[in-house]
Amino acid sequence: MADPMRIRASVVGDATEVKVLMNHEMETGQRKDSAGKVIPAWFIQTVTATHNGKPVLAAQWGPAISKNPFLSFKFKGGAKGDKVQITWVDNRGDKRTDEATIA
Amino acid sequence: MSKSPLRVRARGILLSAATALAVGAAFAQTSAVDEIAKYRSALQEGNPAELWEARGEGLWKTPRGPNKVTFEKCDLGLGPGVVKGAYAQLPRYFADADRVMDLETRLVWCMVKLQGFTEADAKKNPFGGPNRKSDIEALVAFITSESRGVKMNVAGTHPKEDEAYRIGEKMFFFRGGPHDFACATCHAEDSKRIRLQDLPNLVKQAGAQKAYTTWPAYRVSQGELRSFQWRLYDCFRQQRFPELEFTSDASIALTMFLAKNANGAAFDAPAIKR
Amino acid sequence: MNMRIIGWTVAACAAVAVVGCATKPTDAEVSAKATQMLKTSFKARGQAGLDRLDQDETQKLCTEYATAVPPKDVVTKVEKANFAAIKWPADGKYLGDWKKGERVAQEGRGKQFSDDPKGPVGGNCYACHQLAPQEVSYGTIGPSLYQFGKLRGYNDEVRKYAYGKIWNAEAYNACTLMPRFGHSGILSEEQVRDLVALLMDPDSPVNK
Repeated sequence: MADPMRIRASVVGDATEVKVLMNHEMETGQRKDSAGKVIPAWFIQTVTATHNGKPVLAAQWGPAISKNPFLSFKFKGGAKGDKVQITWVDNRGDKRTDEATIA
Repeated sequence: MSKSPLRVRARGILLSAATALAVGAAFAQTSAVDEIAKYRSALQEGNPAELWEARGEGLWKTPRGPNKVTFEKCDLGLGPGVVKGAYAQLPRYFADADRVMDLETRLVWCMVKLQGFTEADAKKNPFGGPNRKSDIEALVAFITSESRGVKMNVAGTHPKEDEAYRIGEKMFFFRGGPHDFACATCHAEDSKRIRLQDLPNLVKQAGAQKAYTTWPAYRVSQGELRSFQWRLYDCFRQQRFPELEFTSDASIALTMFLAKNANGAAFDAPAIKR
Repeated sequence: MNMRIIGWTVAACAAVAVVGCATKPTDAEVSAKATQMLKTSFKARGQAGLDRLDQDETQKLCTEYATAVPPKDVVTKVEKANFAAIKWPADGKYLGDWKKGERVAQEGRGKQFSDDPKGPVGGNCYACHQLAPQEVSYGTIGPSLYQFGKLRGYNDEVRKYAYGKIWNAEAYNACTLMPRFGHSGILSEEQVRDLVALLMDPDSPVNK
């Protein structure tokens, strides 16, 4: 199973700023190993974020995103104590969901 | 620069063309260095080293090994289980082992003595790679993060600590291999570069402080968190030396030399580097 | 000089005769220990055997005087021995192909335990020197070699000097930081000639 994300969410003015670090190899499928064999593609394809259960962000990702990706975004609203939930799904169908409380 | 003005006049046309070229190159280079600096500062936010820190904290608190005990009885020099500020006073002499140890050596010692791992198992995977995460590097990330902001205070007063420092200093200047390289070849002068990479002068306090307090670091080019043991290991690889053994006496002595030279500076790692 | 220092240490120890004296090793003892400790701290891997830690006379002397200016007799000794060891090209031709030389100057691989022993092996000159102005990613450990031939003159004397310096820099500047590329078997005679061309051919970008 994939390792947990690090999520920070805090109120900035009338918006909530969310910063997420994800654990993922993000292998492009373009690289070869030392024996010359192609390393199969393995990357996060979709990322979704919800605020108290309501979607606030949906993203489609590809192999151009770096290993161990960092994602930062803002959405309107949100208050201290609310829950922000992030989910990613990769091209192998592996997924991971983590939650943070807005500070 | 000792270009004679006479020659400038004599070859005025030719030289001014050459000067224009040189200025162009200098400009391209300054801007390249600036762009690298910008890239580095953009990376500061969201350092993936935090992922290693989180995993390491979990490992520190989880019962592990044949004895199924946590690291809570592991003494990093400030008492059993004390992590806060521990890295800033390492390496140091440990009476129970009768040896000077750096962090990684002490972790291996605790894994063997407390958790019941064999030494070979404890040292099996010191540096991670794809699909091969290193527990040691995660523990190092967590423990070093607990010294962020703490001033480096390596004692070096015990006779064995003093000896390790002096041996480390000698090793720093030891020239060998097909290229005659020593650590000092690249790291004993101010304001030098290898290609475009700035080289710290590690024999001066300011240089040692800046370098030592920013390791371990997440290397973006490798997608891995790298410990100080790795830093030494890979320097020697590039020096064309044989392979430095993990937690070897030489690695500890060199760490002692560099860590003590960094005394007085606030520790500021895990950092992020290209 | 060395004898006097040792003598003085012994006398001080005898006078004080308490713990501590015996545990403070002399500089020479620390050096010997460091050399010994290095040998037990590395393992052979790939093309990098433990014999790489065995110092030759030049490495030994330059380690000994690493933090001081080496005395005149040491400088002479190092430079003489290394000059005598230079293998000059049999046909007396110092100039190769500057285009190939540029590739040798750019190539950073070779001789590391992680490198393929079958090659390639380069001089990695740009790591330390400025050469062709088109390459902006150059290091500053060594001096700029831009316009090397143009400034010194395109003659056989300078060509020979360039060849000898690349082959064995210790012959000209004792305890220099520069590797002895030919002497230590890093580069072949042909590669050294190609580098001389990069520095000395009027058509080389270095001299533009």
